[in-house]
Amino acid sequence: MSSNLLPTGHEPIHQLDMTGIVKRFPGVLAADRIDFDVKSGEIHALLGENGAGKSTLMKMLYGLYHPDAGAIRINGEETTIRNPQDAIQHGIGMIHQHFMLVPSLTVAENIALGMKSSRGLRLDLDVVSKRVVELSEIYNLKVDPDYPIWQLAVGEQQRVEILRALYKGAALLILDEPTAVLTPQEVDGLFNILNQLADDGHALVFISHKLHEVLEISHRVTVLRDGRRVNSIPTSEATRPKLAEMMVGRPVLLEYDKNPAEVKDERLILSGVSAFSNRGTVGLDNVSLRLRGGEIVGVAGVSGNGQQELAQCIAGLRETTAGQVIVDGSDVTNAQPSALNAIGLSYIPEERMIDGVIKEFTVAENYVLQDHGHPKFTRGKIFMLFNKIRDACRQAIEAFEIKTPSTETLVKSLSGGNIQKLVLARELSRDPGVLIAAQPTRGVDIGATEYIHQRLLYERDKGTAILLISEDLDEIRALSDRIAVMYEGQIVGEVENVDVDVEQLGLLMTGGGRVA
Amino acid sequence: MNKVAGLTQLAISSRFSRLIDFSPVVIALLLALVVSSVLLLALSADPIAAYSAMLEGAIGTENATAETLVKATPLLFVGIGITIAFRGGMINIGGEGQMIAGALAGTTIALVLGDLRIAPEFAKEKGAFDLIIVTLSLIGGFLAGALYGGLAGFLKAYFDVNEILSTIMLNQIAVQMMNFLLNGILLDPAEAGFNNIPKTARLVTAAQLPRLSLPIGDPFLFARTRLHWGLIIAIALAVIIYIFLWRTSLGYRIRAVGENQRAASFAGINVKRQMMFSMFLAGGFAGLAGVVQVLGLQYRLQTDGSPAGFTGAAGFNGIVAALFGGLNPIGAIPAAAFFGGLLVGAQKMQRELGTPASLITAVNGLIVVFVVSSEIFIQQRSKRRVSVAEQAEDEEEKAKDDG
Repeated sequence: MSSNLLPTGHEPIHQLDMTGIVKRFPGVLAADRIDFDVKSGEIHALLGENGAGKSTLMKMLYGLYHPDAGAIRINGEETTIRNPQDAIQHGIGMIHQHFMLVPSLTVAENIALGMKSSRGLRLDLDVVSKRVVELSEIYNLKVDPDYPIWQLAVGEQQRVEILRALYKGAALLILDEPTAVLTPQEVDGLFNILNQLADDGHALVFISHKLHEVLEISHRVTVLRDGRRVNSIPTSEATRPKLAEMMVGRPVLLEYDKNPAEVKDERLILSGVSAFSNRGTVGLDNVSLRLRGGEIVGVAGVSGNGQQELAQCIAGLRETTAGQVIVDGSDVTNAQPSALNAIGLSYIPEERMIDGVIKEFTVAENYVLQDHGHPKFTRGKIFMLFNKIRDACRQAIEAFEIKTPSTETLVKSLSGGNIQKLVLARELSRDPGVLIAAQPTRGVDIGATEYIHQRLLYERDKGTAILLISEDLDEIRALSDRIAVMYEGQIVGEVENVDVDVEQLGLLMTGGGRVA
Repeated sequence: MNKVAGLTQLAISSRFSRLIDFSPVVIALLLALVVSSVLLLALSADPIAAYSAMLEGAIGTENATAETLVKATPLLFVGIGITIAFRGGMINIGGEGQMIAGALAGTTIALVLGDLRIAPEFAKEKGAFDLIIVTLSLIGGFLAGALYGGLAGFLKAYFDVNEILSTIMLNQIAVQMMNFLLNGILLDPAEAGFNNIPKTARLVTAAQLPRLSLPIGDPFLFARTRLHWGLIIAIALAVIIYIFLWRTSLGYRIRAVGENQRAASFAGINVKRQMMFSMFLAGGFAGLAGVVQVLGLQYRLQTDGSPAGFTGAAGFNGIVAALFGGLNPIGAIPAAAFFGGLLVGAQKMQRELGTPASLITAVNGLIVVFVVSSEIFIQQRSKRRVSVAEQAEDEEEKAKDDG
């Protein structure tokens, strides 16, 4: 244990206990007598759906909130943590989901930020840089201290956050959903770092709602649901179905019985489509793909390899520079979104909060984002018939099990999963011939994910051609009939999803070995 | 100008809570008056006397009330337009210029048609109100303002020119254009060669908006005041625009673009067209404000050459009225009346206590700051309400699961 790094002379954390922690917010019991403990050398996963109380609990440990009842003991000694400075003094560090770095400053400057210089008023950035290099060598956290943050990839920025916590002497590290923003490769890198930190005697709390990550990285797992602790078990005794049931409170389907695909006519044809990316580089490079009604084609790949451009080119939101897009026999290359709506193309955008809904609009208003001028919802295409809109919306709320107080609730107050269900309900209500679903379950809890998956399979059986773009290989494998792998703007392989070789998929995703 | 954007944001998001929660607004008003008292005391004026003079001046007499409503009328027209623009995500600071454009066009039409239609061979009764002249003048004023506002919308939509900057600069151009025309071809022939006060000829009676009185008492209420039909037109349009924004697909598209351009374009809405359209309408309403000032009140277009010489800064004050009205055209009605009263009452206060005119600007500003701050309070309260509602629902479901 690198205790020489602790800024104060107190004992390093061997054992931390939180007992009977209660936290009330106005009208909400966010933490209800939760017990939690973590030891040095251990990775303890904190698992639960959004709003289960994971972050609230850890924010109390980091001094951002104060428990209404209960005790925190460090090495058996009762401790009050008044604020984050207190937590840092005690050797507790937190890596937030959204990084707290100043983009224009260098790595060393960011780490020095808020700390006293060893030279009084003069900056000691050279000292900081030296220490950063030392630390990064010890933990294999490769970062150049002189680089400005904005030039670093997301994974590197996260390493800076970890380094900063270690620099301040953290013996216990809280990681709040650290993988949410990382590519699969970066996740592997992070896990190596976490294992090494644990081997070195650090205590780690890993907050997540992703089952396979928890199973892969943690030693112990505590599941929270609705502010209560469901159970704590050693990870060796945990299985995916068991954890999922603990999280949701009922058995959850993680694999689906699929009917054999009943493929029909070709509904979406891409031939030789090319486009620029946002940065003006090649985004899509000569992509050809054919989708028939009644099948789901999964597009796998590491984020940023042209998946977004592909979806946008089909949905009329990005100009193609070459090639042709045909939907149900009509050439819709570079057509306007309104024309595509009319022809029966639906699109579930990746950034649903920005692109999929208007947060300040009500549920009912969002439900008719495309169809607000449709004859069935208007008189003379001008006067909107809100009774009819509300009726249709209520049916959708019921059919898609959307949790909302009413059709008149503003969408911004719904949870992510319910917003995604609303987007799905809207897009499917238009009875699309072709559906583009981009990251349909990202950030969505397990219960809603299961529902969305089953809906997509139902649409497939109805004869819709579905293009499923996802970075979650499990999702692609569970739903797709065929899998296309994208790498650097090209489709580098297309395989039937029977006995697919995961190794081979992974290899394709990283640019190695192509299949015709 | 970021402040204005911030205010918009606040006002937009509190549309619903505003209707329910009025008490913080009242408290904010009182607080603003308390702080203003400090200013008054610093000028060694008695605040109580000052406020009662203000109240007296605003609504103390029949004529005072009428004057308040007369001042409120252009604020309401402009406020409705500003509401449409802000709802469409456009920050229109060009009310002044659009008012002038509307007034120039509308007055010209009224003068020309007035000359034609009441020429002896056309009409025997020289004084009769002529619906055609007035309607055409109003439409002309609307269109001129609309095109002037729409120009800023066009520049924003197709060349990404910041509409705040372009509208401010268009204000300057309009003022100078008016000065030029009023000293030139539009100059009252009777004035030519004399003292050259920049003003047009007086409108014939047929081209004037009639005075407004209410059939209460004898003589009728407001019969001997300057109150005119412009107020009724403005209120009717406020209701129509409310319906337009929240009950029609056209208004829906404007609001969708205002709240989230990306989602709107993803859904197939033509964002550029909506930007131009909302600025077109906003300019049109400011244009109406301008032409109604001429047709209903001044009966001629005149200025002292200064930027606010004709408008009386209604193009700016209308923005405040719109925000104060919660960016809701119906809410703009009492908001405009309130600010109209503030302006008229201030004159009385100034006369009675000899306080400087700029004091009322300060009081105005304080009221805006306090009321907008109270929005934050209201917002937090409604946020808490949402979380309580969610919790209640969760518990209901738990109960269902258990049962």
